[in-house]
Amino acid sequence: MTSGMVRVLLGSAAVLCLTHGGSAQQQQDPRVGLKPGLRDAGQAARHMELVASLPKPAGFFDPRTPAGPEVPPERPEDNSRDTTVTGPSSPTRPAVALNFANSDLAFSGTLVFVGNFNGFNTYDIETPKKPLLFASVVCPGGQGDVSVYGHLLFMSVEETRGRVDCGTEGVPETASPERFRGVRIFDISDVKKPKQIATVQTCRGSHTHTLVVNPKDSENVYIYGSGTSRVRSGDELAGCSSEKEDPNTSLFSIDVIQVPLASPAKARIVNRPRIFADPRTGAISGLWPGGDHGPGTQKTSLTDRCHDITVFPEKGLAAGACSGNGILLDISDPVHPERLDAVADPNFAFWHSATFNNDGTKVIFTDEWGGGTRPRCRATDQMTWGADAVFDIVDRKLTFGGYFKMPAAQTDTENCVAHNGSIIPVPGRDIMAQAWYQGGVSVFDFTDSAHPVEIAFFDRGPLDPTKLIVGGFWSTYWYNGYIYATEIARGLDIFKLTPSEFLSQSEIEAASQVHSTEFNAQHQHEITWAPTSAVAHAYMDQLNRTKGITPAHAAAVKSTLERADRIKNANDKAAPAVKEALTNLASDLDNEAATAAAADARRLKSLAATLRARAEKQQ
Amino acid sequence: MLSICKNPVAVIFLCLAASTCGGTAQSTPPIVQPGAPGEPTRVIGPNAAIDMSRVGHTSADTSFMQGMISHHAQAVEMTDLIDSRTATDAMRKLGQRIHASQTDEIKMMEHWLSTRGEEVPSSHAHHAMTGATLMPGMLTPEEMARLSGAKGREFDRFFLEGMIKHHEGALVMVKDLFAAPGAAQDSEIFAFASDVDADQRMEIDRMRSMLKEYQQ
Repeated sequence: MTSGMVRVLLGSAAVLCLTHGGSAQQQQDPRVGLKPGLRDAGQAARHMELVASLPKPAGFFDPRTPAGPEVPPERPEDNSRDTTVTGPSSPTRPAVALNFANSDLAFSGTLVFVGNFNGFNTYDIETPKKPLLFASVVCPGGQGDVSVYGHLLFMSVEETRGRVDCGTEGVPETASPERFRGVRIFDISDVKKPKQIATVQTCRGSHTHTLVVNPKDSENVYIYGSGTSRVRSGDELAGCSSEKEDPNTSLFSIDVIQVPLASPAKARIVNRPRIFADPRTGAISGLWPGGDHGPGTQKTSLTDRCHDITVFPEKGLAAGACSGNGILLDISDPVHPERLDAVADPNFAFWHSATFNNDGTKVIFTDEWGGGTRPRCRATDQMTWGADAVFDIVDRKLTFGGYFKMPAAQTDTENCVAHNGSIIPVPGRDIMAQAWYQGGVSVFDFTDSAHPVEIAFFDRGPLDPTKLIVGGFWSTYWYNGYIYATEIARGLDIFKLTPSEFLSQSEIEAASQVHSTEFNAQHQHEITWAPTSAVAHAYMDQLNRTKGITPAHAAAVKSTLERADRIKNANDKAAPAVKEALTNLASDLDNEAATAAAADARRLKSLAATLRARAEKQQ
Repeated sequence: MLSICKNPVAVIFLCLAASTCGGTAQSTPPIVQPGAPGEPTRVIGPNAAIDMSRVGHTSADTSFMQGMISHHAQAVEMTDLIDSRTATDAMRKLGQRIHASQTDEIKMMEHWLSTRGEEVPSSHAHHAMTGATLMPGMLTPEEMARLSGAKGREFDRFFLEGMIKHHEGALVMVKDLFAAPGAAQDSEIFAFASDVDADQRMEIDRMRSMLKEYQQ
């Protein structure tokens, strides 16, 4: 460790060595022992319901091996087209599963864009229970992560087979101007027929990217490109260097791409900030050097790249999951991000993604131990490895809270580890819906950072009983009342939450009343709720759960809201009395908050504010 | 109507070209493929969309995987020597880690080869070593015998030196793979080779620092 800026969470490794197999509950978990299959796998769900499921469309899977490469491919007899390959085993014709894997999601209006290693598909979700395939776009290169801003769609490309012209034929030459690795920009004004308008080439390609909209800059949007794979040769793209010691090395940075909205075709890299630098020595490799953290700890990758960055522009913050570290950045000037803090963790193998809570006071970092293609949720795997870590942001520094891992043991033919998710906007609580590959979808509450708990789940059996075929959920994001999930092999799944002792109908309704017109999971903003009865009841349900409100106040809130709900217009004679009742009740609740425990006090105040805002509406 | 019945293919083609088939909700939209910036977007068929025929794996990919199995197998054989010869926990832990990761990767490579109809070499190192050529960095039979005959600190030193050389050989193999025309376009091998590169560099660094302690 070369920098005093980095704090390592030693101590936590020795304390927590629980595995999936530990509890009696494990035997009863309905996710254990599900029947394998591509289309007929067993399913288990609790407190959430699968409302629609669409298989991947033609052009995005190999009909010979729809789940993945189980059967050896047929050998073609004629390889004469390809003169670049010699030797006894000239190219066969496999279509590898990952070549057609579904990846990340983005939303705009009633459309969802589903990224795929072979391009992207657009679905009409005006009726979420009846999604319709709207457009299919082939443009290979993986991972195919997508973001959307107005009529622009951005897409990540990292593989050597990527081509500037979206061709499927790859690039045989080792250095070629036809190869594309970086961020593609499409004009989707005609959603059915997008036009590629720019290709921003980067040295390491783009494994993921993040849209950054600066509230103070109306002329540009920015893209943070995160490349994780090999640096290409300077012969192919001038200036690229994979030498660690080269001061101009392409390692140890991210790509900041500026996209001028008046002419997005002129998008270009405007900075490659050295966000891992040691502030004292100036060394660009100032963070985790790679390796383990001592006996019994995880081996953690070197911090020379970010895997994923999530921004919260209103707060001027970004959280970077950067291989060997989790970092917090000040992005008030998005072109010149400045590191505020960095943490390491002896249980983390690979810092993979970051998600803020709604008010930007916490970050969840995920650990993609095994890279997402290995089974890491077996009964023998530690519950603190390949998990989420919750951090509180205190004075713009990261403070560790606790771990969460999807608790049901999976088989060794199911790739499983923490992956992408988003916040479910339930007022008064921090809740996330998260993808765990073949470990399914897990919805958990992390309001108490030190003790996250699962509150709903969905899972299928493995794709195959004997072989590991890479599949399962890549991303699960909440959008306007539903959870949309990309399944690597199986397609697109849509879920709704159902009420339970862990989450009430009012809490679900309050989350569902939030309406977004555009959603990119790595670009967060603070959600505020209209002062509806559902929101007030959501706070009430939370206070009742913790016995954090006096029965008299609880009864008063219930009856006053009933009176308020009966008022249909401002001319109603009862309106002034209801307004007064709401206002008085709000004051009572604020008084109760003054002596309540912190979590209850917060909810009492939020409830009071909701009633007050509701009273204003009575006029 | 008659002409449609006689020539359904033509009807399908027209529907695709017009991007719609009468606007029914159930119709499958056409697949489009954008061009380079400035070039038009065109409609293509589902077979063209999945035509990976020119991106298939190459002989360099196959040789890499086959060679790396032998290479990994020797690493596993080397780690099997540790328990009875070393006196330190640090060496045992190092051995366990290398053993676990290389065994796991051998399985992955065997799967990669078998699903592509390629020959899967034996993962028993002695079979691999009787082959005519050793992969880069692999220990010769003489070097293996010397390692096997050592004990205590001498063994630790031979092991670390041998494994560093062994891992450096893997880096050469990755470098050669990426330098081969058309190689590593398959996303699995691309990701795997990149991982091998990153992991082994990290382990080399660690073993070098362990070796330094022995030299002090």
